[in-house]
Amino acid sequence: MNFPVLSIILLAPIIGALINVFIPKENSKLLKAVAGIATFISLALSILIYYIYYTQHLTTGGFAFQENIPWITDLGVSYALGVDGFSLPLVLLTSVIGFCAVFSRSWSTEKRVKEFYILLLFLTAGVMGAFVATDLFIFFLFYEVVVIPIYLMVIVWGSGSKTRQTVTKEYAGMKLTIYLLIGSAFLLAGIIWMVMLAGDILGNLTFDIAAIASVNFPEHLQIIIFGLMALGFTSLISMFPFHSWSPDGYAGAPTAVSMIHAGVLKKIGGYGLIRIGIFIFPLGAKFWAPAIAILATGNVLYAGFISLAQKDMKYVIGYSSVSHMGFVMVGIASLNVIGLNGAVANMFGHGIMAALFFSIIGYIYGVTKTRYIPDLGGLAHQMPRVAGAFLVASMASAGLPGLLTFIPEFTIFMGAFSNPTLRIIAFIVLTGIIIGAVYVLRMAASVLFGPRKAEWDYIQDIKGFSLVPIAILIALAVIFGLFPSLLMDMVNSGIQPIADKLVAASQIGGSL
Amino acid sequence: MEINFSLFSIEIATALLAVIILIIGLMIPKQSRHILGYIIALGLVVIFGFSFRFYGLNTAVIDKMYLVDDFSVFFKQLFLVAAILVILASIRYVNKMNGNFEFYVITIVAALGMMVLVSAGDMLTLYVALETMAISFYILAGYKTDPKSAEAGMKYLILGALSSGILLYGLSLIYGMTGTVIITEIAAKIGLLSGYSPALVVGLVFVLAGLGFKISLIPFQMWTPDVYEGAPTPVTAFLATGSKAASFAVLARLLLIALPAYSRQWQLLVAVLAALTMIIGNLAAIPQTNMKRMLAYSSIGQAGYMITGILAMNQAGVSALSFYSVIYVLATVGAFTVVMTCSTQTDSDEITDYAGLAQRSPLMAAALTIFLLSMAGIPPLAGFTGKLYLFKSIVNQGYLWLVIVGLVMSMVSVYYYLKVAKVMYMNDPVDKTPITIPAEAKITLLLTMIATIFFGIYAQPLSVLAHIAGKALLTF
Repeated sequence: MNFPVLSIILLAPIIGALINVFIPKENSKLLKAVAGIATFISLALSILIYYIYYTQHLTTGGFAFQENIPWITDLGVSYALGVDGFSLPLVLLTSVIGFCAVFSRSWSTEKRVKEFYILLLFLTAGVMGAFVATDLFIFFLFYEVVVIPIYLMVIVWGSGSKTRQTVTKEYAGMKLTIYLLIGSAFLLAGIIWMVMLAGDILGNLTFDIAAIASVNFPEHLQIIIFGLMALGFTSLISMFPFHSWSPDGYAGAPTAVSMIHAGVLKKIGGYGLIRIGIFIFPLGAKFWAPAIAILATGNVLYAGFISLAQKDMKYVIGYSSVSHMGFVMVGIASLNVIGLNGAVANMFGHGIMAALFFSIIGYIYGVTKTRYIPDLGGLAHQMPRVAGAFLVASMASAGLPGLLTFIPEFTIFMGAFSNPTLRIIAFIVLTGIIIGAVYVLRMAASVLFGPRKAEWDYIQDIKGFSLVPIAILIALAVIFGLFPSLLMDMVNSGIQPIADKLVAASQIGGSL
Repeated sequence: MEINFSLFSIEIATALLAVIILIIGLMIPKQSRHILGYIIALGLVVIFGFSFRFYGLNTAVIDKMYLVDDFSVFFKQLFLVAAILVILASIRYVNKMNGNFEFYVITIVAALGMMVLVSAGDMLTLYVALETMAISFYILAGYKTDPKSAEAGMKYLILGALSSGILLYGLSLIYGMTGTVIITEIAAKIGLLSGYSPALVVGLVFVLAGLGFKISLIPFQMWTPDVYEGAPTPVTAFLATGSKAASFAVLARLLLIALPAYSRQWQLLVAVLAALTMIIGNLAAIPQTNMKRMLAYSSIGQAGYMITGILAMNQAGVSALSFYSVIYVLATVGAFTVVMTCSTQTDSDEITDYAGLAQRSPLMAAALTIFLLSMAGIPPLAGFTGKLYLFKSIVNQGYLWLVIVGLVMSMVSVYYYLKVAKVMYMNDPVDKTPITIPAEAKITLLLTMIATIFFGIYAQPLSVLAHIAGKALLTF
């Protein structure tokens, strides 16, 4: 296919941002419309290529819609894009959440609205770029491009929390930035070393992931480089003990940033761990998998228990997302096709769910000016639609069958239990599901139900454009919940080659 | 002996320009002398355009005393660009300093020194050129009539003279042991020596110390913050870019061409100093409250990254050093242009006085943010590609630890760079009047900003040139 569909998906938000540069800052409706149209183009094309891939390429697998332009020849960098069954769900997720983020209510975007939409569009494009790139240089470039817009958005439009006075938005923004950048420094060191080693073996420098993956690195190098990369990727996916930026950052960030960050950006960590880490260094992954699994129990249990004690809604969801990433990492650490499928599908499911939560909480905070749980209560009386959406999100978070998070979590545990070394860990992690159900239901109960509070009688239920993101996200949660094969078949076709490589590598390792 | 003078035409044209400006400046009345800045910039642009013809010559003249290779042409162009940008940016600033046109003349002489320095084929030419550059900067640093500038000039003079002495002593030791001053012949002469010569190691260390002073390598960096702070800002900009890049180029030539036989001795030393320079430079920048001091410490950190290009001892390393020098010059000149434009209006270089710059001058705030983030190596800005080139040249030679130190320290530097961005974007200005950027400074600002973004997104044109330069140094 010659039509550069991925470039358009990637560049539409950037072009939207450039158009917004020239729109006067008073014209906030037009700014928002341009942002909406730009992200809608991405969304429509993402759905289209998801459909085309699902109907035409699923049996053959592999990359589709590829583009390749040589970029920096003496570094071996190409502007190479492509999607397969692994990256497509995440591309779809990015464009869905990017579109929803534009219409979600953030509380203080009335000031500097122009800069807000420009940065938001760059942020969306950056996350998208990381998922569509098949060249490591382009991948890393987009991966780091997003950090600075996030910092600016948190410090300009963010908010402090009532429960943690010391965590100002400036502190939260800087903490998030420094954690992610230091992590990425190790990742970049690993990438540079890997590319140079692969260049020596292949005879020419290349940043192409598939070409590098064709090299069989010696086991000790695999262990070192996978370790370096894992430091970067796991700090992005907020693995215990590198998770502490995440709750503070999400609490401090404006709604749109929380949605994109918790919904998709974090998933770049898991995506990179599988696409680059496991695919290129299967033996390194084998070495580190037990450590990742053990730390993942820390995620699930430690963050889960902390979440139970939170009184700020955004902190509850912040810690819950850390906890959910623990499930994803257990799936990754199981190193078999079932577990990896579950991990990827769960990233998708959690993305939809977290974005839905942050969108609703953003609305509640916008109208009530508080997200402190004891201040709220009985909101179902004044806001039935919000309450309904909140309940759907809570059920999705608790993994209710029929919603999109159930099958992925189930698959993760299938994968973990089929790996003999992980059985005990899987059993411990399973208890995390109970904790997860307790903290979201407790929050839902004390925010939505209880006696009607007269002080909230003035607020209006959600309507108009604010309803768009919530409707889309709920629709996706239900569709993918009722027809899980839409997601699971897709993911499986992308994960299968990676899992095959794992099997092949362990057989060679076994024969030695 | 037949000498082809056309090979020197870049240097001759630059020297002529300086003399002509000096003469014209004395003939025309004082109030119209400000046009000299434009004439110089125009003259340098012409020389720059002309200098492209010197690529591919790769010859040595006057018994190898003088080298016209692609490496030197690349750096000469860099000095020309730096001089043009600094002079354009400083026209208003110099007008405010009583409009002394000698300022421009000395600046060009300093640039001339740098050009001869990178072309020097023997150690005597090298030393003379280095002194031409250094003495011009002693004068320039003390050019302003305030105590701080005088202090900066005096400090730079005393320490600079000391370091020149050390360098000269080192060069004479190398001459004493090898019997030649021609850089390209030293390596062969060392090969003839039987065994290992402690005197050469002493000479090597002295050379490293002498030039380490100029590039503000730890532990020779003490002067940097004081001189950068006290000197007039255009001088700081040129000192931080031209002088540093020239010293790097000549250090690369000495270590890689003359002294590769002693690489076992100097590689470890350079690696440790590079790590210390990155760590101390970046950590010391964190508590700074003065913009120029902060940039001074950050430029120390940058020197730590750049020297890894020499450490690599291969063509990729030299190309990376050449590439990064350009990126560094662009970002640094740009950042100091913002500093000097702000200070002509606010009379202050304190970071707190940058509060609300985003409202007073959105262009300058955005430009400064871009320059700082490029220095930190955040993609898609040019500094990222530059660092990638530098670190890829050493990672495969057992310096993974240095790569990790370098990358972690550049992420640490994001902390203090973002603090400036935060002040500019978040804090409310005390004085809300917009800052107007003079047209000339705007040219510098826009050129450096566009180049920093362009080479970050599409590095190909610059990387091809840097590749040619690196190849010329090692194969010629």
